[in-house]
Amino acid sequence: MKKNKQKPDRELVDRSFLARIEPYLYLLPFFLGIAVFTLYPVVNVVLMSFKEDYSYLTREFSQWGLANYDKVLSDPKFAQAVGNTLKYVLLVVPISTLISVIVANLLNQKLRFSALFQTAYFLPMVTSVTAVGLAWKLMYNKNFGIINYILSFFGIDKIPWLENAAWSIPSLVIFGVWNILPFTIILLLSGLQNIDPQYYTAARVDGSGSLRIFLRITVPLLAPTIFLVCIVNTISCFKVFSELYPLFNGKPGPFYNLYTVVYYIRYAMMENRKYGVAAAAAIVLFGFIFVFTMIQRVVQSWMSARKR
Amino acid sequence: MKRRISRFCMYFFLTLGAVIMLFPFFWMFSSAFKTTQEINKFPPQWLPGHLSLDNFRRAFAMAPFAKYFFNSVFVMVCSVGLTTFTTILAAFAFSRLRFPGRKLIFSLLLSLMMIPFEMLIITNYSTIVDLGLWDTLTALILPFTSSIFYTYILKGFFDSVSDSLYWSARIDGSSNWRYLWKVMVPMARPSLTTIILLNALASWNSFMWPMYVISSDKNRTLPWGLQVFTTEAGSYPELLMAASTVVVLPVIILFLFARKYIVRGVARGGLKG
Repeated sequence: MKKNKQKPDRELVDRSFLARIEPYLYLLPFFLGIAVFTLYPVVNVVLMSFKEDYSYLTREFSQWGLANYDKVLSDPKFAQAVGNTLKYVLLVVPISTLISVIVANLLNQKLRFSALFQTAYFLPMVTSVTAVGLAWKLMYNKNFGIINYILSFFGIDKIPWLENAAWSIPSLVIFGVWNILPFTIILLLSGLQNIDPQYYTAARVDGSGSLRIFLRITVPLLAPTIFLVCIVNTISCFKVFSELYPLFNGKPGPFYNLYTVVYYIRYAMMENRKYGVAAAAAIVLFGFIFVFTMIQRVVQSWMSARKR
Repeated sequence: MKRRISRFCMYFFLTLGAVIMLFPFFWMFSSAFKTTQEINKFPPQWLPGHLSLDNFRRAFAMAPFAKYFFNSVFVMVCSVGLTTFTTILAAFAFSRLRFPGRKLIFSLLLSLMMIPFEMLIITNYSTIVDLGLWDTLTALILPFTSSIFYTYILKGFFDSVSDSLYWSARIDGSSNWRYLWKVMVPMARPSLTTIILLNALASWNSFMWPMYVISSDKNRTLPWGLQVFTTEAGSYPELLMAASTVVVLPVIILFLFARKYIVRGVARGGLKG
């Protein structure tokens, strides 16, 4: 068997110069892009974060050192940005996961109009955050907004969703959950479809009710997927940025109270022109993402090891 | 009886959820046709009094949305074309051709995927300025010609094609190049469709990068142009909603026809983030 497989290989392999460089010719256009716009920037951002007093005009710096990190970590604005980002993550991730587990489980049943339901639940995934954000802004409007109108049926007074600092996180979180739900539902749905239907048949033979099946079979078997979804969403929520723009007219919150980590990077770079500080903040962001990616890798390899 | 009640509850909750998910779109479209008086009413008016394209006309007159639209299409087509080309070649090389360090290089590339674009922006911005491409449409295309994620998806498909097909083509005297374009690419049509759609969506909705590198009106793409428009038309939400509709509608129509392909790609971890 093995011999057979290798035979054509040896006979057909062309040892000419052109044949030897052929793979590299195929890779060239791809690697050109990766080298210039991914590999070089990665190295450069690390170096830049250690360059003190870097000037974006002359590209000169005074010395190597940790001053940029010191500036970032002692900047109250950055502390605020990290705090807001963490609040956002800690609210959006559990809420969206909880809703998605339920919705994915319902969508996984034999349904009439299932294409229609899927379209409805998945649509926000493909539409521009900026454009739908403007629609949300209109809905959030304190005086004319549809949300406050609907809430008035339940006797709730007009809420200053976008005007009041205390309400800016909830507004952002509701929009964020709506935005991330499709992605979360899709991942959970594909997790559900990987569950062996035999478990359900067996449970039904035993006469278990649907709630019992959901809690005793679906949730435990889906747990690894739920965990992975949480990690992936945590990483993407750490990068919250574009959602802020349409809601607050391009400002980070009504009173500049809603800086997030990525917004801080932009602020340090474009408004202050402190590239070194921006680079250090980007490295801190990467630190967060790196930790969660490693957790994901470990759990994933542990899962696939257990499967075998 | 109990079963029927639970079925009813299921459909009730699913429908309620679907209405909530779709509501912002309904509100956008409905508001896009309202007059200034209608949109400022409280209690809000659910539907516009009459359908007229007036708001669209006014929005297009106030800001060059036709130009934005053209720019978005141009950037999307170029970006998708180039990325698909580099992806096909690279995926084929990693899957089929033999060269030293192939596996190691590929796994290193995969670990590069965790690096957020936000971290690369500082340097890429400087690179674009250095190349003299600041405030050009090329600046929106060039940084995204190579994608590790799409290459990973396509390589996965190429790997699933059996060896014997390749060797029989080679024995018949076909070159690697011919084999790739005549056999592999037509076979990979479903994977390629997914990649092209994900790429097109990412390009169409791209907001953060254009914000960094595009300043003049004539080079803006739709999402960034729309955001700038909010400062000019902030007091006319009906115009903003008309403009937003122009951004969102093509994508919604695309999604209605290609849902399966898009969802399949997203299930593998693509899009938004």
